[in-house]
Amino acid sequence: MNKFLKIITKESAIVPFIAIVLGLIVGAIIMLIGGYDPILAYRSLLNKVFGNPYDFGETLTAITPLVFTGLSVAFAFRTGLFNIGAEGQYIMGMTGATFVGVNLHMPWYLHAPFAIIVGTLIGGIWGMIAGYLKAARGVNEVITTIMLNWIALHLANYTVNHFLLEPGKGRSYMIDPSAQVTIGWLSRLLDDARVHWGMFFALLCVVFFYVYLFRTKQGYELRVVGSNSDAAQYAGINVNKSIVKAMFISGAFAGMAGVFQVLGVFMNQAIAASPTGHGFDGIAVALLGGNNPVGVLFGAVLFGTLSYGAAGMSFGADVPPEIIRIVIGSVIFFVAAPGIIRWLMKRLSAKKRKGEVV
Amino acid sequence: MEQTRTVVEMRNITKRFPGIVANDNVSFKLSKGEIHALLGENGAGKSTLMNILFGLYQPEEGEIFVNGQEVAIDGPNKAISLGIGMVHQHFKLVHPFTVTENIILGSEPKKWMGLSVDKKLAYEKIGKLSKQYGLNIDPYAKIDDISVGMQQRVEILKTLYRGADILIFDEPTAVLTPQEISELLVIMRNLVQQGKSIILITHKLKEIMAIADTVTIVRRGKVIDSLPTAGTNPNQLAEKMVGREVSLKLDKKDAVLGEPVLEVDRLVVKGRSGLNALNETSFVLKRGEILGIAGVEGNGQSELIEALTGLRSVTSGSIKLGDEIISGQTPRKISEAGLSLIPEDRHKHGLVLDFPIRENMVLETYYQPQFNKNGFLDFGAIEKHAERLVKEFDVRTPSIMTDARALSGGNQQKAIIAREVDKNPEVLIAAQPTRGLDVGAIEFIHKRLVEQRNMGKAVLLVSYELDEIMQLSDRIAVIYEGRIVGEVKPSETNDQQLGLMMTDYKQPQGGPDNIE
Repeated sequence: MNKFLKIITKESAIVPFIAIVLGLIVGAIIMLIGGYDPILAYRSLLNKVFGNPYDFGETLTAITPLVFTGLSVAFAFRTGLFNIGAEGQYIMGMTGATFVGVNLHMPWYLHAPFAIIVGTLIGGIWGMIAGYLKAARGVNEVITTIMLNWIALHLANYTVNHFLLEPGKGRSYMIDPSAQVTIGWLSRLLDDARVHWGMFFALLCVVFFYVYLFRTKQGYELRVVGSNSDAAQYAGINVNKSIVKAMFISGAFAGMAGVFQVLGVFMNQAIAASPTGHGFDGIAVALLGGNNPVGVLFGAVLFGTLSYGAAGMSFGADVPPEIIRIVIGSVIFFVAAPGIIRWLMKRLSAKKRKGEVV
Repeated sequence: MEQTRTVVEMRNITKRFPGIVANDNVSFKLSKGEIHALLGENGAGKSTLMNILFGLYQPEEGEIFVNGQEVAIDGPNKAISLGIGMVHQHFKLVHPFTVTENIILGSEPKKWMGLSVDKKLAYEKIGKLSKQYGLNIDPYAKIDDISVGMQQRVEILKTLYRGADILIFDEPTAVLTPQEISELLVIMRNLVQQGKSIILITHKLKEIMAIADTVTIVRRGKVIDSLPTAGTNPNQLAEKMVGREVSLKLDKKDAVLGEPVLEVDRLVVKGRSGLNALNETSFVLKRGEILGIAGVEGNGQSELIEALTGLRSVTSGSIKLGDEIISGQTPRKISEAGLSLIPEDRHKHGLVLDFPIRENMVLETYYQPQFNKNGFLDFGAIEKHAERLVKEFDVRTPSIMTDARALSGGNQQKAIIAREVDKNPEVLIAAQPTRGLDVGAIEFIHKRLVEQRNMGKAVLLVSYELDEIMQLSDRIAVIYEGRIVGEVKPSETNDQQLGLMMTDYKQPQGGPDNIE
């Protein structure tokens, strides 16, 4: 308990918390300027999320992919890589899962696991391409991952169009029920919200992230490479291999996000005109979570809750849901500029001390 | 009398950082027109004290007086307005800018009601100031194009331009060549003659004896003594600084040579530019000896080390360690074959600064069965190992969980040496092992290297400092343009002869334009 208290009173935990409060205040100010009632708006946001079982379940569903993509970006970051390609890896993972779900037919105990594995691997391989290009050719991963995002988008559309398309609809056939990963009893409990096993996988991934990176030999290697690749080389660690490995794992996390969106939520893959944004949101979530697995989990919960609850704001207080993007944006702004918060904290504590003297 | 007027007085300054008291009731007095040296080991608290005077830190207790007035220095701007200037060890210059642009940055002379910088006036002013203090700087030169010594003069001029009367020099000679050092000393004398007062932070006894009027010795946050340099000597100062007797001279018995353990045969290695950095370098290293590689920086030393450790590919020739050919092997294989390296750049190559000491101590051995249980690291074993090394090698750290970054340079180097020596290597390569360290740490490290040699190990010492080479080596090989141009015994040579060999061995007259 003491340890827990220590963790939550540490600066690394206080800064994001204050950032959230400040972000909400900024959002409130903007709502006031627009002539809306911020208190009513936030109340209807919370109401939307916690008001009934269905919405609560759907919020969980909205949070899940963000955990995966957040972990993806954070993992790469910890190993010294900036993976902007979670979006592409997400799409590729999704496509892999859809392909298996639609075109292959197996009993449920094989079908779903196989779809998960294939989608995850394809996401990982998509990340690995950028890792390989960096290791073998020295190409900056920021550039390759951005380009691979677009390649992934159009490759996925092509695949859906040519191999999976249900005639007359802008999407693939539905996947076999044997490939679905919904949780029937929980869904029924939550008024048919689309809850699925993905959220438990997400929690497992949080644990895996921590254990792998901080407890294993391979994780140690990746961290050394991430913190000081020159020293890694001197210590006899194969830096290039580590980069490829790190990008594979990072891509696999993002791939899983796509996998569970298909197998647990949509049950089909639509032809997309533009990226979904889950991958990019992962960058924000990783930043919010300080690239720490537990932090990422909290970041995703916040991000997912606000995003899903935004619909309630427009319904209950007539506030355009885009306002919530401003709130999220300001939260990230304040997290990314912790100097502002430290300055504020110092000012506040100084004032308090002065007050005591007087 | 003008000479004895006190310009700065710091009274009973106390500054605490988490875990340590950096300054413990420190008092310090600077008289007008003197050069006052602040002597102490790394981490003794001398930089902290000066950072307080320059407004970068706030003291918890104590007062500061400038020209007799009590002042509160809450930032560098306040310090500057009081006439205090600091020449930092790491220069703070904008490289693509000219000298003048750098100097006026932040306090530019304005024209057109402040809308534009009056560059003409600025260049004139800087030129005049430079002449006045004998700095000999071209105000129009770009920082990129001038030497490190010149860059330092720009820093000095920057403080003068801002009206400094009290100049703080933080380890000013660390980055300079011997030639530049003597020029700097002349400049400093010039400055005090024109009425400036100087505080010199250093741990180099030679410089203090050469230039300072007064020396204040700081040890572990406390002032030990303050005395005129005229009445003291280097040995006494070293003793006060370290707190025990130190031998500036190294005791070592004669080498007992064993069989050859490292044989380098006609090694050719390409450098970064693609040209040959090593041209058929050959030498033999025997058990029980320290072989010093002497040479001016950039004559193939770095490439030699990288080739030996497997970080750079070998074009031709061979390296033999014991009975094994190690050229072309991976760094890990070579390390396992019995070669350890104390790298030249400890921050870049020797440590992961953001990792705790615990994890730095197993940087090369983490994968071995004693630390690695089925792919999981055994942190219990790692911690035990780190605790032992920290104790054995006297690495001063609050705990093994402290990040390497937080340690002083000397303790970082001790940690590296602990790790490398503990691998029990056949051959230990020490590249610039004492660069930037203080007397106490240097003594410790030299002793450890000699100890290795006495145990029958072979040590290859690569250093750009002749003193170190002369003191430690049993045999000296001089490297020049990637070739060993001569081998001598330290007892049979002197600095002059070595200097000649190191610079232009074959053609003492013209510049060799390397037509190979």
